[in-house]
Amino acid sequence: MASMKVHIRFPEDKIKEPVIYQIGHEFKVVTNVRRADVRETTGWMDVELTGESAEVERAVAALRKKGVIVDPIELDVVE
Amino acid sequence: MAKMKALVCRECAKEYPTKAIHVCEMCFGPLEVKYNYEEIKKNISRKKIQDGPLSIWRYADLLPVEGPNFLGPHAGMTPLVRAKNLGAFLGLDELYIKNDTVNHPTLSFKDRVVAVAITRARELGFETIACASTGNLANSVAAHAAAAGMRAYVFIPGDLEAAKVLGNLIYKPNVVEVEGNYDDVNRLCSEIAGEYPWAFVNINVRPYYAEGSKTLAYETVEQLGWRTPDQVVIPMASGSLLTKIWKGLHEMKTLGLVDDVRTRINGAQAEGCSPISTAFKAGRDFFKPVKPKTIAKSLAIGNPADGYYALKATAESKGSMDMVTDEEVVEGIKLLAQTEGIFAETAGGVTIGVLQKLVKQGTIKKGDVTVAYITGNGLKTQEAVIDAVGRPHRIQPSLASFEKTFKMGKNGGGDA
Repeated sequence: MASMKVHIRFPEDKIKEPVIYQIGHEFKVVTNVRRADVRETTGWMDVELTGESAEVERAVAALRKKGVIVDPIELDVVE
Repeated sequence: MAKMKALVCRECAKEYPTKAIHVCEMCFGPLEVKYNYEEIKKNISRKKIQDGPLSIWRYADLLPVEGPNFLGPHAGMTPLVRAKNLGAFLGLDELYIKNDTVNHPTLSFKDRVVAVAITRARELGFETIACASTGNLANSVAAHAAAAGMRAYVFIPGDLEAAKVLGNLIYKPNVVEVEGNYDDVNRLCSEIAGEYPWAFVNINVRPYYAEGSKTLAYETVEQLGWRTPDQVVIPMASGSLLTKIWKGLHEMKTLGLVDDVRTRINGAQAEGCSPISTAFKAGRDFFKPVKPKTIAKSLAIGNPADGYYALKATAESKGSMDMVTDEEVVEGIKLLAQTEGIFAETAGGVTIGVLQKLVKQGTIKKGDVTVAYITGNGLKTQEAVIDAVGRPHRIQPSLASFEKTFKMGKNGGGDA
């Protein structure tokens, strides 16, 4: 089993969409929200995705396809 | 009792052992070092510091290493230059430049943080050190690893300019050019850091690495004669440098090394990558990530890890933030060079440009003791000013040609 910690950002037009619920149904991954701040026009979540490595990768790709931005939990590390 | 108490989550305050970990398992918040200040207070004094080595290691009591085998023995203790000419130009009575253009060994402030990171990495038993970088950090990691005899991996985006790569190859680290852009390298490095038993300086040893920046605050206070400045201007990339200078100033007070901290912290960014300054000016407590587009490449972090904390520190200090255009960056570099003889990289142009703005706005006042942090050497970003510095005066190899060009009078001293 693999586990990936990601920081997900929601563009304004995606805030209402239940993307975390959706990938939990579409892929064999456990989604575990640890911290979040969702407001009217902006939102982010720190989420742990657990599952088979390839399945987690597919879930991340699907999240991106749904229009949310997925970054490493560390944010930008290239300095 | 050890001076380091624990690593502590900056969000939920959960504590962890002082190992190579950087994310809270509970809330995924970032970790930082928590010190035992009561213990440190028993051992530290102005005299002990002044009698210490001429490097960041004179402040070893306040750094997250056990010692005494410090790597990067010459980093820090760079000049605090009384900038009379630039001060007069801007209308400031007491302006100082903290000149990290001459930091050892790779001419940027990164030598401070890397010296701390590599020392801690060795203490934790790592044999390999790594980083993801587009410039200064890579230089510093590669040089420090060479001197320490450690294996190094430096990850760079495939679209980086050749000159930047060369500066790393000379030290013979494993330079890994990733076929992809900044975001691809970012993602890959985050994954690699989780897979291998390496000290990734700005990932799994970041809590230690970041603490090295505090030495800029300590040195400023000591070099000012054990007083804190009224105003500081700090360039922001991840925002870490700003938060650590704020932390360092307060530690000096906690330990009784200064009576008070009356410093206003001011952050500087380039307009083409100003998520933190933009949030500050909009009165927001959060920033919106951006795609960087600026010549100030060393500050081009669009999704800054410490952006939130930089906003918080600046607000606490009643300081300010601002940003400048690329043209103003170039003008700032030229102004500093032509008034103080200090050639800064583009980040220095950002700092000087924002300093100038803050003075004009009246945010920084004539009588304020002000320190501007110049964090890297201009020789590293010559391409930024190459079209803005004019050309040499071309003459024939004759006295007549020289005198004609320079309109020399009897006493000499003509200008072209």
